[in-house]
Amino acid sequence: MILDGKKAIWSDYQKKIADDDFYYVRSCVRQNFFPGAETTFLRIMREVLGKNVFEHPCHTSCSGIGYHSDLLPLETTMTVVARQFALMNESGYKNIVPSCITSFGLYTEIIETWHHFPETKEKTRKLLKEATGRAFEIPENLAHASDVIYHFRKEIAEKSKFKLVDKNTGKPLKVVEHIGCHYSKMFPHKGIGGAEFPFVLTGMVEDWGGEIVDYPERRHCCGFGFRQYLVSANRGYSMTSSRKKFESMQPYEPDMIITNCPGCPMFLDKWQYTLSELEGKVYGKEGKGIPVFTFEEVAGLVLGFDPWDIGLQVHQISCEPVLDKMGIVYNPATKYKGLKGKDLGIPKPTTMNL
Amino acid sequence: MNCGVCTAICPAAEIYNYDPRIICSTIQSKNEAEIEALLKSETIWYCGECMSCKTRCPRGNAAGLLIIALRSLSQELGYFVESEKGRQQLYLKRTIGQWMLEKGYCLYLEGVGTDLHPEQGPVWDWIQDNYRDVFARLGANYQGDGPGILRKIPDEAMAEIASIFKTTGAIDRFESIEALSAKKAKQMDMELDETMNNEYIAHIYSDTEKNHFNL
Repeated sequence: MILDGKKAIWSDYQKKIADDDFYYVRSCVRQNFFPGAETTFLRIMREVLGKNVFEHPCHTSCSGIGYHSDLLPLETTMTVVARQFALMNESGYKNIVPSCITSFGLYTEIIETWHHFPETKEKTRKLLKEATGRAFEIPENLAHASDVIYHFRKEIAEKSKFKLVDKNTGKPLKVVEHIGCHYSKMFPHKGIGGAEFPFVLTGMVEDWGGEIVDYPERRHCCGFGFRQYLVSANRGYSMTSSRKKFESMQPYEPDMIITNCPGCPMFLDKWQYTLSELEGKVYGKEGKGIPVFTFEEVAGLVLGFDPWDIGLQVHQISCEPVLDKMGIVYNPATKYKGLKGKDLGIPKPTTMNL
Repeated sequence: MNCGVCTAICPAAEIYNYDPRIICSTIQSKNEAEIEALLKSETIWYCGECMSCKTRCPRGNAAGLLIIALRSLSQELGYFVESEKGRQQLYLKRTIGQWMLEKGYCLYLEGVGTDLHPEQGPVWDWIQDNYRDVFARLGANYQGDGPGILRKIPDEAMAEIASIFKTTGAIDRFESIEALSAKKAKQMDMELDETMNNEYIAHIYSDTEKNHFNL
């Protein structure tokens, strides 16, 4: 593996990312499954980096899961997205930041379609006007939330309290990075590092002290597949894809997985649990799973946020092995508590005690 | 173009009896009978729309985007009910479609329990048992006014989404999926009502009667 050559290729794929005044649009998957990640992103942006981030209460899901489940006609999805842009325009913002990779890919696809087929943009203008009375302009800057954290990764490193380093050995943690397919597989030039060697997570990990694991199935899909996961009869597709990745990464003994798509960490987390129950197999060290993180959570840990404030208790695979290696002090007794220490009970144990 | 790089990279081709190269060839053949058979087949429903094919195609084509067009056409022509996988669209319409139309979210935690999603595991059960407290702990604004995680999207905003769905053809597609599915359920002698608890919904969600796999 000639890493210098790879880095040279990465340098060919850079993108402009705004410095301030962001318009944030949320992810339906991340809100439901990793709510602490979105809270952490906004906390980092506003409280740590001092940036202005606006969220409009009237924005909705981008409708991307409906589009990629083939329920919604393209015209519907284009008009829903145009409405998101209209709300941003009316709020006085130009830099849109989706939390979701499906949204990022969808916005990119729609803007590219409007560029190459201007008649579709004009049709969307008419449909949006007819349906809502609104008008829209295309954002000046479109960057996924992981692009934005990548953009500020060195500032985060400067303010960091912990590094992605094993405090006992002094060695970098071995990190698997998993990029959501719709980040750059459709439009490589819109992602940092392109589709072949996306650098968006690698840049964060390396600047925060970790070491990237370069394993054979690094670019393979997690297996969401929209209808392939959502319908029980198809779900073997989803689990098989994740399993292929786990089998491929296991020999490299990764300490953790970092992701930028909201769905991928959910699947990589839950399918490890399912495989442990079905096959009695775990892929991490010492009989445990491999902890899976969102990029917001990793940034929060590096900055010294309380692990339970960023939401690590909602993961099925325990994250404590990584916290212990990084030297993060945490209180196990408060892991599953509510606000003001309210007792919420604890989850039932898994067969493999993950 | 017949290189098959799309098939080589395709996660669906590894799992299902599926070959995007052949689909592209069938479309290019302009053979109406073959294309109609394709629209009625299981084949077009195997793709996961990861778009890995787009990255690899030497000519920048995307079999995955052709699949979106074929699935759309299969629904417009009413052919989707002729395949086991196609019939699943009713389940997706009644979950993803209705949540987006009625709540403004394509996914909604109250509709995703371990009864239908056992892979979510015991931590998800704990979250579901305590969701208001867990989400409050993590800074959410569950069903609240104003911005925030899982906020209640204002009625006027939802009225705009409903208007978009009506104006752009989504409601027509939803009604067509319902009507054609009801007809198919009758043909299959299965009970189907407006709820999620009926024989036809349970069947399309869970059952696999054919061997779809590339084994």
